[in-house]
Amino acid sequence: MLAYAFRRLLVTVPVLLAATLFTFLLVDISGDPLEPLVFAVPPVPEATIDALRGRLYLDRGILERYWLWLTGIGDTNGDIGLLKGHWGPSVRGLDIAAEIASRFWITFRLVAIATVAGIALAVVTGVVSAVKQYSRTDNTLTFIGFLALAMPTFWFAALIKELGVWFNGFVGQRIFYTLGATSPTYNRMSFLEKTWDVITHLALPTLVLMLTGYAVISRFQRASMLEVLNSDYVRLARAKGLRYRTVMRRHALRTALIPVVTLSALTVSGALTGSVIVETIFRWRGLGIFFIEALNTTDTYAVMGFIVLSGLLIVAANLIADLLYGALDPRIRYE
Amino acid sequence: MSDPTLRADPPLIGPRGDAERLNTEQRSQIKIIFTRFFQHRPAVISLIVLLSIVIFAFIGPLFWQWDHTINRAIPSDVGPSWSHPFGTTRAGHDYMGQIMRAVQQSLKVGIVVALMVSVLGTLFGSIAGYYRGRVDAIIMRGVDVLIIIPLLAVVLVLSSATRGTSWYHVALIIGAFGWLSTARIVRGLVLSLREQEFVEAARALGASDSRIIRKHLVPNALGVIIVDATLVVAIAILIEAALSFLGFGITIPDTSLGLLIQNAQSFVFVRPRLFYIPGVFLIVICLTINFIGDGLRDALDPKRQAVRK
Repeated sequence: MLAYAFRRLLVTVPVLLAATLFTFLLVDISGDPLEPLVFAVPPVPEATIDALRGRLYLDRGILERYWLWLTGIGDTNGDIGLLKGHWGPSVRGLDIAAEIASRFWITFRLVAIATVAGIALAVVTGVVSAVKQYSRTDNTLTFIGFLALAMPTFWFAALIKELGVWFNGFVGQRIFYTLGATSPTYNRMSFLEKTWDVITHLALPTLVLMLTGYAVISRFQRASMLEVLNSDYVRLARAKGLRYRTVMRRHALRTALIPVVTLSALTVSGALTGSVIVETIFRWRGLGIFFIEALNTTDTYAVMGFIVLSGLLIVAANLIADLLYGALDPRIRYE
Repeated sequence: MSDPTLRADPPLIGPRGDAERLNTEQRSQIKIIFTRFFQHRPAVISLIVLLSIVIFAFIGPLFWQWDHTINRAIPSDVGPSWSHPFGTTRAGHDYMGQIMRAVQQSLKVGIVVALMVSVLGTLFGSIAGYYRGRVDAIIMRGVDVLIIIPLLAVVLVLSSATRGTSWYHVALIIGAFGWLSTARIVRGLVLSLREQEFVEAARALGASDSRIIRKHLVPNALGVIIVDATLVVAIAILIEAALSFLGFGITIPDTSLGLLIQNAQSFVFVRPRLFYIPGVFLIVICLTINFIGDGLRDALDPKRQAVRK
């Protein structure tokens, strides 16, 4: 299985490379980061702009710049080259590596918890819906699923935020935090206080981010569970006298989870884009906001940082999904 | 029917009778699809609601005296009344005029994106599935590459270039990258369809590749493509709204539901209607589209029974 995982990873390398090249070109044609300076009033001296161009490697051709950004091999100032661990210079003079290091866990925590919780909830409700097909429970859950699918993340986020504020006012005590990922006094807290602080900050954004993944997966889980429940081998398992629970767990659910596993990788992608919106609304200093700010200033290397990280996360999710197939489907063997 | 004298039509009453009549009577395919669709109650209700919204958004502005721009004759920040059913904003917009315009933009984006996505997705998917081999490898590896990048990220990058965009910029950008999963679905279908006898028969009769794709493969995949396209309408509307909300989509002086929500989000408590009305419109539009898609799926799937049991 390790060999299989390794081979899978090797296959994704060219895909990731092509994706980064593509976005690099895309970001490049999307605008000149020095445009505000070129048209600034009073005019900025030509020499200053040229120096900046040199610092940002904008005086090189696009392909050379990509090569430098990726490998850092060639004529550089030693601040570029992903493979050497440098993210490249920032238009805004930020240290991109430090920014990403401080923001990555904030976003990762949110995305990971929301994905796992969303999928878990979706599997449970999907199975319940399928087992009680066309009952009132099923109809209610189906409607909730459709509603979740139709819900604009940003509207729901703003709504939940306001509800959180209202709830705090109602209880007369601040329970849910609606701004930031942690309190300003976080560094001075004890471990227990820190945990509680993180949980109360996470609660509302996670709830919002769970929604997108939940909406898609609960529908699929219901459909695939229904298909399995109506299949002959499940009927056989019941007919030969196995207990209902055993049949459900070992025969039905296990198979029904396979199509859902495929989707779970897409859920990670959805949660990552969702994090852009959620972080904007809850004012988290995470990667999502970082991405938006980078876009606003055409900060090429910062934009690429976000794209690379999200691509890696999605590839990792795909790999986990692939390995889960083997655990779920006894016919699949990794040699 | 053990008694041969009862050979005449059995009494066709009640759901069972309906089911039998539908499954036995001779009908054209279109008629079957229509009949099945109109039996899906949520889908029919959704269709009516959606059509009223379409009329509201496209015909309404012709009869409504205010448009989406600021007008000095409009009082600032008043609640709902007969002259302003959704109230007005502080700057002096009639909110119903704005909503009409915003819904119109949403629907236009949704429809254009759905058209683009189904054309591009069908084109690439059917070519990849039909020719297989190298062509398939090139197209599908391309799809693999593009699908790694989150759609919203690509769209954000591109629309940050064309700041102050109108609705068709947004639609073109979303449509240009939204076809990836459609292509995958169509390819999967075509891969299995191309092995069937009727395709072999067409080939034996000397049909060209393009004729087989156009006349035999695509029509057989059409049901799935249509259902996919309906769902894409809803997804595109949500993406456009999110883009405009983040400030990368439709911008002032035009308006969009995302933009209206963005403007209203800081005073949910003070002026809740400004926040809730566009949100509810978004939800209702997407909800009805999804229900219609569900009804179409039931209606177009040949494996289903005519009547739900």
